[in-house]
Parts: sequence; structure tokens; C-alpha cells
Amino acid sequence: MNFRRLAIQLTLTWLTLFVLLPHALVLLTSVLTPDPGQLASYPMTLQAYGRLWDPIYAQAFWQSLWLSACTTLVCLLVGYPFAWSLARTPRVTRALLLFLMMVPFWTNSLIRTYAIKLILGNKGLINTLLQGLGLTDAPIDLLYTPFAVVFGLVYILLPFMVLPLVSAFEKLDPRLLEAARDLGAGPWARFTLVVLPLTLPGVIAGSLIVFLPAMGMFYVADLLGGAKNLLLGNIIKNQFLVVRDWPFGSALSLTLVLLMGLLLWLYARANRHINRRGGLDDSAA
Amino acid sequence: MTRLLKWGLVGGVFLYLYLPIAILVVNSFNSSKYGHVWKGFSLKWYTKLWANEALMQAFSNSLLIATLAASAATLIGTLMAIALYRYAFRGKGLAGGLLFVVMMSPDIVLAITFLVIFIALGIELGFWSLLISHITFCLPFVVVTVYAQLKGFDRYLLEAAQDLGAGEWQGFRHIILPLVRPAVISGWLLSFTLSLDDVIISTFVTGPGFEILPIRVYSMVKVGVSPEVNVLATLLLGLSLALVGIAALIRRTDRPR
Amino acid sequence: MADPILTLSGISKRFADQEVLHSFDLTIRDGEFFTLLGPSGCGKTTVLRLIAGFEQAQSGSIHLAGEAITALPAERRPVNTVFQSYALFPHMSVFDNVAFGLRMAKVPSVELAPRVFEALNAVQLADFAERRPHQLSGGQQQRVAIARAVVNRPRVLLLDESLSALDYKLRRQMQLELKQLQRRLGITFVYVTHDQEEALSMSDRVLVMDQGRAQQVGTPREIYESPANLFVARFIGEINQFTGRILRPLGDYLYLAEVEGVEKTLRFEQLAEVGDEVHVLLRPEDLRIEYLEDAPSGRKGYVGEVLERNYTGQTLDSLIRLENGHELLASEFFNEDDPDFDYRVGQRVWVDWVEGWEHVLPKESW
Repeated sequence: MNFRRLAIQLTLTWLTLFVLLPHALVLLTSVLTPDPGQLASYPMTLQAYGRLWDPIYAQAFWQSLWLSACTTLVCLLVGYPFAWSLARTPRVTRALLLFLMMVPFWTNSLIRTYAIKLILGNKGLINTLLQGLGLTDAPIDLLYTPFAVVFGLVYILLPFMVLPLVSAFEKLDPRLLEAARDLGAGPWARFTLVVLPLTLPGVIAGSLIVFLPAMGMFYVADLLGGAKNLLLGNIIKNQFLVVRDWPFGSALSLTLVLLMGLLLWLYARANRHINRRGGLDDSAA
Repeated sequence: MTRLLKWGLVGGVFLYLYLPIAILVVNSFNSSKYGHVWKGFSLKWYTKLWANEALMQAFSNSLLIATLAASAATLIGTLMAIALYRYAFRGKGLAGGLLFVVMMSPDIVLAITFLVIFIALGIELGFWSLLISHITFCLPFVVVTVYAQLKGFDRYLLEAAQDLGAGEWQGFRHIILPLVRPAVISGWLLSFTLSLDDVIISTFVTGPGFEILPIRVYSMVKVGVSPEVNVLATLLLGLSLALVGIAALIRRTDRPR
Repeated sequence: MADPILTLSGISKRFADQEVLHSFDLTIRDGEFFTLLGPSGCGKTTVLRLIAGFEQAQSGSIHLAGEAITALPAERRPVNTVFQSYALFPHMSVFDNVAFGLRMAKVPSVELAPRVFEALNAVQLADFAERRPHQLSGGQQQRVAIARAVVNRPRVLLLDESLSALDYKLRRQMQLELKQLQRRLGITFVYVTHDQEEALSMSDRVLVMDQGRAQQVGTPREIYESPANLFVARFIGEINQFTGRILRPLGDYLYLAEVEGVEKTLRFEQLAEVGDEVHVLLRPEDLRIEYLEDAPSGRKGYVGEVLERNYTGQTLDSLIRLENGHELLASEFFNEDDPDFDYRVGQRVWVDWVEGWEHVLPKESW
């Protein structure tokens, strides 16, 4: 077989069959009627979208948004200075540190979440330490709190924030800072007027790939959050695998896609603002 | 002062990243079940894991899926990168867009699209559904890695090969493949890691006939403490480190003399 | 005259909606050094890529040694290319680069090494066989690229702006080497360049192209001394352009004409009517300049003022403005007997030329 045809056909067939078609089917499912026997059936209805405003789900949705937003913010507050520090180390050191950052990924993330549970538990490392130091008498409830969920999400997602930020800092020409200094800008002005605007695409890219996945990590909420601190992922999983209301599950997931579109649009705008191209050529993300 | 702050921050982040892993590894050798205190070195959890047939089966299934998915994703992804780099064809823009969507979509969104398509196509949930979905979510990372490498080379290299009598296949074998080898290796490793790390997508597309690690582990850690999981984490870490070591060796021999 | 080895007939090529070549014809003779010369975007590289097989024309045909190769893919055409960027395979040694084409052609291994070294010897790089391309200088990479192409004994060797990446001195040296190599190998070279000096010094014949059309084909001498039109005249070297009007035919292709206010006898190898306008072209070195005070009184001719004078080492170049405002460039070789010979800026001089050295073209509208 002709190589060219093979490569092109394979590309188009695979992506159509396993990406385009499935997305279209989810879109279709979201406007169908739930049907316990067949999962979803005609007639078409917007009922599923109406249920998004149901107070029970709306509240869960907001809670999920809140937890993810906190996670993103913590990742940003820790990751930004961390990435800046990394970007200013020599190339070899930087490569090594980035590599070391990825090593924990080679144990399954579920197992790593379990490790967090061991740390935060009543007899876990932190409580043992606090009691050992005599700071508290009784164990503090860390596990099964919003704090635990954010702690776990940050643990799993922090590297995804750091990577685009490091790449943004690498692209920042140090001569620009010298130029700003030459023109009389102090440290604060240099940061707000030069560093921050030029690394903004990195900030948005990082936030994007932390915030959205955070909403879906049901196992983190399951293991660390208990029954009360749910993420959107828990609700979607429940709709698909337990309640079997596929149209509603699909609608929930499409809100996530919509959110993704919005954030991507913001990212494109920020990038255009500083004249850079995104897409496949930009391996930053 | 700022130096101290800087290294304090870097050190703190690494402590945060490694502490949980360290606890797992240390506790895998701890004879205490709960691991709150060190009760002496022991390999009993290793023998226990060995005896836990269901867990071992899930472990080997996971490794099988990760190996197959990484290999297939690398093969298909490399071809895709070449197609996108070399040829102009109808649907090229769409293909790039779809890869971008897969790369950016949260796992939960991909998970339900996979579930829906497998049900619609009548593919039974289990080995094949896991393999196909793992291949698909690894693909964009391979494509981006290989594509970036191809972009770095003189765009006339392939024409030069053709000019010297090499057909499409020969150009692929003698020019493209050796040139993108480092990217292909990175792509495979990345895919292998992503596949082993995945929980969300696997949860949706797994079936009763073929259990993989996250599903098994999930039921074990949901309620209590399982020292076998510590052992598993240690083994996974060791295995991955070995793989990266091998990759680094290959890359060293690859370097021009 | 040698037989044609390569013929392009009626070639049209469009990229998207832009027509790059328009029913283009070309015949290249066996064993000649042929150059495609023109400004960037004139279509010369497209011609080369069509011959190599990297592009397909919308219409027309290409014949090599009498056989149609129009539909043959690049890998099966007996021509080889030396790329502008060299396109050496970075992961292969110099030896493997040069051996690549032979391996593709399944040349037996006993024959392989001798032929590779023969080619490397021809470019004086046999000692570098085990190096990687990135360990070589620009000039050496250039030679490897040539060896890699000629080792296959192509019927035609195509060179795409192959020297443009080299610095001036190395380029001059490589020009000489290329020319010698071509004589020694007896292979037809088709060379693409935008550098007219390079084209004139190396080629047996030159095709001047502009906007996808052939403007003139000829030997470097023909192109330089008898440009077919104003484009060729202006593109090749410096030229001074006067406007003349035919007053009266004198027979034997000679005409009396009024050129910028002075009556001159012009040699014009076409039929012209009285009153026709013509372009009178003169190369800077064909102009003669004399001090005004040295000229015999009552002499008819052009008087001008020296605006600038430039010493170039071999020649003295002067920019002169005639009384009617027309500016001329004159270039004179030094006279060994008169080392002080020079002009002052602002000095008034006589300008003239030897009759018969002018080149006359019919009036062009642009």
C-alpha cells in the first residue's frame, strides 16, 4: 500500500471514529430522553439541560467550581514562583529538576491519592507530628474536608501548572527586563508591566489544564472528600454508571466542554495579545 | 536572602511531591500494617502481593494495556505526525483540531465519549475498549512530540532522499524514522506513563472480563488500608525508573560521535 | 552542436491561483553548463523542481535523452539535485550520505566503496568520510552535497542556488571548482542563480527569466553584449540608456539618428522607419570621457558634469550628469602611462562612445 495513503487514511479514520463521532454522539445523547432500558431514546428534549438549574445539582456544580478554583489558585501561587526559580537555573539543572518533578507520576495517581490519605488521616503523618510536638492533644480532622480535596488535587495537578509556566519563563527574553530597568522601572513595575503580561499565556494555559481536569477527578473526592465534598466528576460518573441517566450525564459533561471552549478562547486572545502562535507548533502545553 | 527563598521554595515543593511517595516506599518494607510507626524491616507484604492473585492479574493486565497502548499510539501517532507534516490533504485542519481537543479535554469528558462510542458500536467493554481508548488519549502527545522534531529538520531532506532514488517507504525507513527516533522514544515513554497513571477513563470503559489496576486498587483503598498497594507503588516506581534509565542509555548511544 | 539531452515543451504551472510558468519551452544540450538566471520569484527554481520531479506541471511534457519523464516520480528520474541548503542527512556519516543513492539503486557492495571514494576524491574530501555533516564547514558540506549527487552518474545534475550560502571568496573558488568538475565529468549541469556575475562566469549558455517567461537564451557574451530586450539589458550588469530617433537610413543596417540632441550613426539590425524611436544602450566601460579643455573646439557631443567618482581598484567609475539632466555611469580602466588620471567632482567633461559599440533595441512601452 502507498505510504502516503496509509498515513492519511489512518489519521482521518482513527480520529473520526474515536474522537469526532463520539463527541457528536455525546451531543446527541444530551438532547435525548433518559431510558433505563436503552440508556437513551427519542424524542428529543432539552430536559437534561433544564435539570442543570435544579438546586441540588446547581449547588454541587458551584461547590465543584469552588474546589477547582481553589486548586488552580494554590497551584498558581506555588507554581508561578517555583517555575520562575526553575527557569533561572542552568539548563542542565533545570532539565534534571523537571525530570524529578515527573517521577512521582510513574505510580498510578490513584495510589498517590491513597498516599495523601495516609498523610492526612487521624493517625497520619501530620497528626502524628502535631501531637508528637505537643501542639494538639487530639487529632485534627483533616481528612474528608474540602481542604483534603484541594490538597490532593494540587498534589496531582501541580506539575501541569509548572510545565507551561516554565516554558513561558524560558521564552521571556532577559534583555527585556534590562531594557525596562534601563528605562527606570523598579522591581514592582518590571513585574507587573513586563514579566506578568508576557507570561500570561503560560498562566492561562496552566490554569486551563489544572482547572478543567480538577472538576473531573472523582476518585480524589471519593478518597479524600468523603460524601460531602463532591466534584462534577462524581456527579457525571454517578449519572453514567449508577443512575444510568445518560442524557443528563452528557449535558453535565458538555457544560465542561463549554467551559473549556471559553477558557481556550481566553488563551488564544492572551496569546494574540503578545503575538505568538498556538496550536500544534506550540509544544508548551 | 532571595536565593534562600528560592531554594527554600524549590525544596519545599519537592518535599511535597516526594513525601507521599516516600511513605509508600518505606511502608512497603514496614512490618506494621498501618504504617504509623516503624516496626522493623519486612518483605512480608511483597509475598502477600505475590499471593494476591486478583491484584497480580490486574497489575499484569495494566502493564499489558500500557505496553500495547504505548506501542500502538507511538506507531499511529508517528504516522499522523508525518502525514500532518508532509502532506496536504482534505481534513488536515480537522485532524489537527481533533488532536488538540483530545489533548485539552478533561479526562472525564473523554471518558464518556469513549463509553458512548463503544456502546454505540457494540464493542464489548473490556480489553479492546481499554486498549482503543488508551491509544486515543495518548495519540496527541506522540503527535506533538514527533511533529516538533520533524519541524526541526531541513525540509528538503525528504526531497533529497527521493532525488537519490528512495521511494516513500524507503524515505520513511532510512530518513524519517532514524531522525525522529528520540521523539518516538519520548512519545512511547510518555504514553506508557499516561496509560499507567490513568484512572478516570479506565473506570468508564472497563468491563468485568478484564480488570486493570486502578479498578482493583480503588476497591481496596476505598475503605481501609492495604499494604500490598504500597508494594505495588514501589514496584511501579522501580519499573518506571528502569525504563527511563534504558531510554537514557539508548539516547546516549544515539548521540553523534 | 551537441544533441539535446533535456527538453521542456509547453510547460504551464500554477500554484493555487498564481501562474508561475506559462507555456514554457526549454532545450538543454548534452554536456553543457546551463544556467537559469532571474530575479527571485521568476520561476527558475520551479523549472528545476519540475525537472527533478518534485513538482508536477498542469500541462506540457519533459523529455530526457529522448524519453518522456513527465509522469515519472522523482526517485526514478536519472537526474540528481544539489540543494540550496545541501539537505545532507544529519544522522549519517559523509560516506553513508554519498552511498545513499547507490544503495537505493542496489549497487553491489563490492562496487559501492570504490565509487563513493571516487566521488569524494573528486571533491577532495576522501579523508572526511567518517565525519558527520555537522562537523564540516559550509564549503565542505557543499562538496559532500555535490559528491552525493554526482556519484549516481546522473544524466543531468541540477544545482539550486547552490553557492548562495557561502561567503564571497569561497563562492568564487567553488565557482571555479564546479566548472572544472563539470568539464571533467562531462555531465550536463543545470544551475539556478539570481547572481548574474556567477551566471556569466560559469555557464556555456544562460537563460534569463522573468515573471515565468524566458527573456533570452544565449552564451554569456550574447546576453551581455546583445540583450534581447530592456529587462535583460538592465538585469545583466550596469547599462546606460539613451533615447534616439531615426533620421535617415544609411544602408547596411546603419542609420543616422538623433540621440539626446546629438546626431549619431547607429548600427541597428532591424528594419526601421524614419521617425521611429529606439533605445540606445551602452555599457559603462563603452563610454569614453575626455577633459573638456582637451577636446577639439567645435566638436559635437555630450557635455556633462562629474557628480561622483568611485575608485574600485581596477577601474575608476564616474557618475556624470549631462546638460539635459540625464545621468550616466562610466567605467574606465586605469591607464598605466597616466597614473594621475582622475577627475574632480564638479569638473565638466566630454562624453562619447566609439560608433558601433552601442546596442540598439526597438522602443518598448515600459
